[in-house]
Amino acid sequence: MASAATLDGNDTVATLRSILRTHGRLATPPEALGMDADLFAAGLDSLAIVNVMLGIEEAFDVELPDRLLSRATFSSLRSLDAAVAQMRAGQA
Amino acid sequence: MTGGHTSPVLGVPAGAPAAAPGFDFGAALAGAADAARKGAWRTDRDAAFPADAVAALRRERLLGALVPTSLGGLGLSLADIAAACCALGRACSSTGMVFAMHQIQVACLVAHAGDDQSGDPWHRGFLEEVAGRQLLLASVTSEAGVGGDIRTSRCAVVPAQAAGGPADRGRIRVEKAAPSISYGRYADALLVTARRDPEAEPSDQVLVVARSGDCALDRRGEWDAMGMRGTATEAFHLVLEADAAQVLPTPYGEVASRTMLPVSHLLWASLWVGIAADAVERTRAFLRAAMRGKGGAVPAGATGFAEAVELLQLGQARVQAALGRYALGAGSGDVLQVAGTADVNALKSGISDLCLQVVQRLLHVAGFAGYRNDGEFSLSRHLRDLHSAPLMVHNDRIRDATAKLLLARLPQLGIG
Repeated sequence: MASAATLDGNDTVATLRSILRTHGRLATPPEALGMDADLFAAGLDSLAIVNVMLGIEEAFDVELPDRLLSRATFSSLRSLDAAVAQMRAGQA
Repeated sequence: MTGGHTSPVLGVPAGAPAAAPGFDFGAALAGAADAARKGAWRTDRDAAFPADAVAALRRERLLGALVPTSLGGLGLSLADIAAACCALGRACSSTGMVFAMHQIQVACLVAHAGDDQSGDPWHRGFLEEVAGRQLLLASVTSEAGVGGDIRTSRCAVVPAQAAGGPADRGRIRVEKAAPSISYGRYADALLVTARRDPEAEPSDQVLVVARSGDCALDRRGEWDAMGMRGTATEAFHLVLEADAAQVLPTPYGEVASRTMLPVSHLLWASLWVGIAADAVERTRAFLRAAMRGKGGAVPAGATGFAEAVELLQLGQARVQAALGRYALGAGSGDVLQVAGTADVNALKSGISDLCLQVVQRLLHVAGFAGYRNDGEFSLSRHLRDLHSAPLMVHNDRIRDATAKLLLARLPQLGIG
């Protein structure tokens, strides 16, 4: 997996899709999900979220603060992408 | 000596008085527990379903206890139900487990369909029937070939064929190989998990509320186990046909994580504490009898008895605290339940091991009087019944999941 230092916007989303494929247990294949598709409707549940969260923290070398551990953050690829951008900006 | 102290309360105390006016929760519970206690030895010896005890639960209207008063139920809290599981567990483990499992199903419907705003008419009507006719609900979550993961299904909801003709719009069918349906033979309705449709992913599950009349249950195995011998946890091949309206609209994943899993762990833990509490009382009676005619000398084994009670008190305090933190039907908010799930998982694995340890220590104290299957000091049934606790769901599976959750988030640690 690409290191955090070389990832740009598109790569972030690609990495997120890859993490969702491995850990998300979604009803819809992550490649077919639009940026605003509802991940919970696609089957994301509490145990899968934990795996996704640990995957994100490992892939992007970030730590999700409590305020981002919410349904809102995990609701779509767009919200996950925004959260990753926020964390990386905070840790730059 | 601890002269002047009151006896430490054992078990899970009930909460505030019941919501239904004029209803005496204590008396109702005592009546049901009495029936359970009278049948406990036979239920265990013959692996017989505790029919008399369940009849008493119906008479006392306790099967509808969790249903809101607006739907004809008693409107009791989950803490009250936990106290009832504990009280019934003190009398007969199998009755307590049947009651707990039934209430878990009711809780799922109350939490996800009982609301005025978001509840759907069919399931609200069904809850009225649960309360009005005191229906007994069973759960069909496990499936042959899937292993112990209840968040995975092979079977699916399919449109029902109208006798050789085209698909009957509005009617559905599910066929499921179920290795264990506790008291399935005796239930009035079954809550069955299945994939949403034939193309759905294994974890994309729904919950179907099927009446016994909707189901063809072909028994494939009998229940002859070490303990919990009255729960009739038999294997069936199930075919159900029902209205599409009987499928609970809330996805099962959400029902499981917000309600079924936490309520299961809270009620089972309360039941296990009750079984251990009865074992403590029997051992105390044994020690008191051993003291008679010996001038009040504290008998051998008293140290072990104190240790066993210490352990049980640790456990029941843990259960009580967890009950205080859980609100049925709450949690529609934004916050994910990572810490909460870790908490109730740890409750299950911890209390299951703890209660079994309590009774093992008590057996050491009571000796052969506890070892016998008969007699007032027998601990045989308690020990055998509690051996089910670390296995239903296997604690290794629970701890695998819990470890991951804890890496993500810790429950509150510390005091204050």
